[in-house]
Amino acid sequence: MNTEKRSEILKRVLTFARPHLWYLAAATISALLSVTLTLYTPVLIGQGIDKILEPGKVYFDQLLPIIIQLAAVALAAALFQWLMSLCTNMVTYKTVRDLRVSVFNKIEQIPLSCIDSRSHGDIISRIVNDIDSVSDGLLQGFSQLFTGIITILMTLYYMLSIHFQVGLVVVVLTPLSLFVSSFIAKRSFHLFRKQSAIKGELSGYIEEMVSSQKVVKAFCYEDRAQQEFDKINHDLYVTGVKSQFYSSLPNPTTRFVNSMIYAAVAIFGAISCISGGFSVGALTSFLTYANQYTKPFNEISGVITELQTALASAKRVFAIIDEPAEKPDDEDAVYPDQSEGRVEIDHVSFSYEKEKPLIRDFDLKVQPGQRIAIVGPTGCGKTTMINLLMRFYDTDKGEIRVDGQPIRKIGRNALRSLYGMVLQDTWMFKGSVRDNIAYGKPDATDQEVIAAAKAAYAHSFIMRLPQGYDTILAEDGGNISQGQKQLLCIARAMLSKPSILILDEATSSIDTRTEIKIQKAFHEMMKGHTSFVVAHRLSTVREADCILVMRDGQIVEQGTHKELLEKQGFYHQLYESQFVQTASEER
Amino acid sequence: MLRFIRYLKRFWKEVLIGPIFKLTEAIFELIVPLVMAKIIDVGIANRDINYVLKMGGVMVLLGVVGLCCAMVCQYCAARASQGFGTVVRSEMFSHINRLSHGEIDQIGTPSLITRITNDVNQMQLAVAMLIRLLIRSPFLVLGAAVMAVIIDWKLACIFFIAGPLVAMVLYLVLSRSIPFYRIIQRKLDRISLITRENLSGVRVIRAFSRQEKEKERFLEASTDQMNVSISVGKISALLNPLTSVIINLAIAMVIWFGGFRVESGGMTQGEVIAFVNYLNQILLAMIATANLFVIITKAAASAARVNEVLDTVPSVLNYSIADVEGKMNEPKIAFNHVSFAYPSAGDYSLTDISFEVSSGQTIGIIGGTGCGKSTLVNLIPRFYDTSKGSVQVDGIDVQKYPMKQLRKKMGLVPQKAVLFSGTLRQNMSWHKKDATDEEIWKALEIAQAAEFVRKMPDGLDTVILQGGKNLSGGQKQRLTIARALIGAPEILILDDSASALDFATDAALRRSIALLASQQEMTVLIVSQRANTVRYANKIVVLDDGKIVGMGTHEQLLKDCKEYAEIYWSQNEQADMVQ
Repeated sequence: MNTEKRSEILKRVLTFARPHLWYLAAATISALLSVTLTLYTPVLIGQGIDKILEPGKVYFDQLLPIIIQLAAVALAAALFQWLMSLCTNMVTYKTVRDLRVSVFNKIEQIPLSCIDSRSHGDIISRIVNDIDSVSDGLLQGFSQLFTGIITILMTLYYMLSIHFQVGLVVVVLTPLSLFVSSFIAKRSFHLFRKQSAIKGELSGYIEEMVSSQKVVKAFCYEDRAQQEFDKINHDLYVTGVKSQFYSSLPNPTTRFVNSMIYAAVAIFGAISCISGGFSVGALTSFLTYANQYTKPFNEISGVITELQTALASAKRVFAIIDEPAEKPDDEDAVYPDQSEGRVEIDHVSFSYEKEKPLIRDFDLKVQPGQRIAIVGPTGCGKTTMINLLMRFYDTDKGEIRVDGQPIRKIGRNALRSLYGMVLQDTWMFKGSVRDNIAYGKPDATDQEVIAAAKAAYAHSFIMRLPQGYDTILAEDGGNISQGQKQLLCIARAMLSKPSILILDEATSSIDTRTEIKIQKAFHEMMKGHTSFVVAHRLSTVREADCILVMRDGQIVEQGTHKELLEKQGFYHQLYESQFVQTASEER
Repeated sequence: MLRFIRYLKRFWKEVLIGPIFKLTEAIFELIVPLVMAKIIDVGIANRDINYVLKMGGVMVLLGVVGLCCAMVCQYCAARASQGFGTVVRSEMFSHINRLSHGEIDQIGTPSLITRITNDVNQMQLAVAMLIRLLIRSPFLVLGAAVMAVIIDWKLACIFFIAGPLVAMVLYLVLSRSIPFYRIIQRKLDRISLITRENLSGVRVIRAFSRQEKEKERFLEASTDQMNVSISVGKISALLNPLTSVIINLAIAMVIWFGGFRVESGGMTQGEVIAFVNYLNQILLAMIATANLFVIITKAAASAARVNEVLDTVPSVLNYSIADVEGKMNEPKIAFNHVSFAYPSAGDYSLTDISFEVSSGQTIGIIGGTGCGKSTLVNLIPRFYDTSKGSVQVDGIDVQKYPMKQLRKKMGLVPQKAVLFSGTLRQNMSWHKKDATDEEIWKALEIAQAAEFVRKMPDGLDTVILQGGKNLSGGQKQRLTIARALIGAPEILILDDSASALDFATDAALRRSIALLASQQEMTVLIVSQRANTVRYANKIVVLDDGKIVGMGTHEQLLKDCKEYAEIYWSQNEQADMVQ
């Protein structure tokens, strides 16, 4: 990351803070005032001390106004310090919120290819952790950096103005603290990187072994796992000790540099006092400054490391914001709300990666009410068909038309609402059963929801749930079975009255009774509708008007059941292995 | 929390030496203001430059020795805390390895992982801080107060007002803000939940055009989080201004009343300055103590979570150490009136299960989801212990076997195909550490995996990524089957483990396993939801709702068992009509 880029990222983060400029301005002014006032107190203390020299030389009349001033300055400094924290908090948290919302909104707009190709955990960690580190490092860090620099400058100013020569001593010693803190920062940075790499390795190992305990136990692998674990754990110990040691050094070394400066000020100050021109009170103020002087250096070097992490995080966050959104709908796009169900796939070619062509010159005309079955081994790329039909992905060549209208000319949302989709990997959000069913039609009445649930054979099991339709489903429907989830998905699709259906028949993870219900519900739905069915059942295949046989993401054959059997191709092989070959297998 | 002290025993030297050196440094720090007072009262007053230089030298010396002491302490703290963390982690890991599935399910894998990583880190930090600060801060506070009393006990009264006031402010602010951090964490969890839902459900959300609603939902959640953060911020923002105001007012009082003491000759100017310095020191030490409290509070919560794991008693215990000789002429596996209930559930998942399998037989177990198929096979390698009745292998109760001997008898292929990061060869030698390439290839051959492994450029040395990400579902399943076959298990358990295979491969796999079973007299248990998978087993056990509803061959069951017929016909509706 070069410096130019860094400042660019910083600028971008600040653009997010712009709406909260007033808070930012107030924070800056409060910071200036509070630092100035805080640093003025030692001056007042010194002046006060000078009024109490020895018995008979205590000037109460002059002391009183100084004491009152001291109290007032202390109060004011505290007040501004408080205001500064409040304002920085406001800017920070509001900016963080805005940043999060804009990343999330972008996620709602980017093409699916973007979401499919990234790990979900990574995106979540950008939204949660990275933005947090931006807030800690960039915004809080910025305010610390700012106050730190002001403190250093103001301290120098006060010291030099009280007594130039003694002030100069402090200035000469300054590089010492800079050198020490940068040395430590550099050393600990490398160690930290190494440490976090080993930490990552260790938690990766733990994750693997703990989450697959069953396998570990079944193979009596516990001892070997423990050995391996202890090895990584020991590595972590060795680096851990070093990095912890280095990271705990700034405190004592700062104290040391401080005490050196303190001693220097004490010696030179005392000598100046003796030779005249320097009062004991002034020496006290100096000593207080000397005590506080190195602290901001330390803070700044800490902040700079944090800033670096924050910038890296901000970069990751902006990477998502910078993803191009889905192309907006064409200006002359149409927005049909019904379809007769005529789908034409006209010489379509498509691939996810340029080098690996998947679908080549695919041609299919589907008449209203026809049933298309898609068959093939698991993972053969059936989702590709769905991606193209619903325009989650655009075709590379050729076009798909619905009712004669190219789908590129149909508003995305309008196109998608023509379809009803029930997939095997069901999706539920954390919320009530009712809300989950009414997902596609939030204004549906209770009667409509219940009617849809009844039609999907889901009503009876819903009524058996503890709170019926108001039962809250756990994240991803964790508290109901896979089959029940699928029934809810069917109800959801039925409620939105789609014109064209995309269905995915269950394979293995559903119990027989629920499966029969799902089958019935599918039949109900398909009556009179054009439908695309990912088929696992012979009856579905036999009744289909056209079967698409897919293998490794490609459509290898297409035709009716009879035609394909006669062709003696891959479909024939699939069919044989499922139903005929098993019969001749030896027992 | 106290019980963790035993993990520190090994580091008793560090734990002892660290604080002692820290204490020495703190004493030096307390002496510095006194030396300064001497410089002012003796050196400056008598215009004695030599005295000033001498005392200045003392200060430098105090600083250097102080630094050395501090370094020693920091090093001890680093060693002790990291060592502590290492020991606790290792202890936890081995304890988790001892737990049975019941307990692991109860705590949950993700939670176990955070406990062994984040929670231990938190405790480690607390140990370091304790060594560094526990003695130092209170000592500085007390020491400064004592010094003040020694110098002038009347003026020291100000200390006894300011000190408790600062402590009170610290207490009030911390006790009010700490609970909020948990709430903020919960709000953050909600933000990540919504994000996760939106990523996994992106197709559904777009299919129903609900993007705008989802945006609203997210805005709401993040605004909520922002509001809580801002209100905590308001409380914690009070800490620094309030404490510094108290100390500064106290300093003002020290100067004012110090004036009277100096006037009456009870105190010198230098001593007043020392007072001011001690007040500042108290403030710093108290803030450090407050930080220590925050860290300890967090660590205590972590310690409780770690303890919960360490206190979990494994329900499946190893009762015997010596290997047991199996009986001849007994069924290989026998279930005698077995009932089983999960610890957290009230109802039985399995009720009164009895059946026998002779050596070399293949047995199929079929039934819908949640009928108890997997639970049943989990009882054989003792992943769980039965609630009632017993499971016998070679005529001996499984509980009588040493765990290792029992589990070495079996090759298990779990439902979820799990492979581990490392080379393919390493993954294959889980059962038998020194498996030869020849053995591995033979197993791969049987599992129908040899073909694709041969195509891989690195063959057996192919590196498998964590979770087997670089393999397809079907490839992973075949490899897990091969892994189970190595080491010639007497019993092979296939827990619905061919679901990702296409029909042709599935059939070929079943044939080669059947052949191997007859050659090696291997007993095979096949769990499945597909009737065609178990159809040719010697015996099929049909489960429904945790009970055996039918047992026999395919033909018998088709005639006599309603449930089996239902399953079969629902999957093969017209297949037989076609024939």
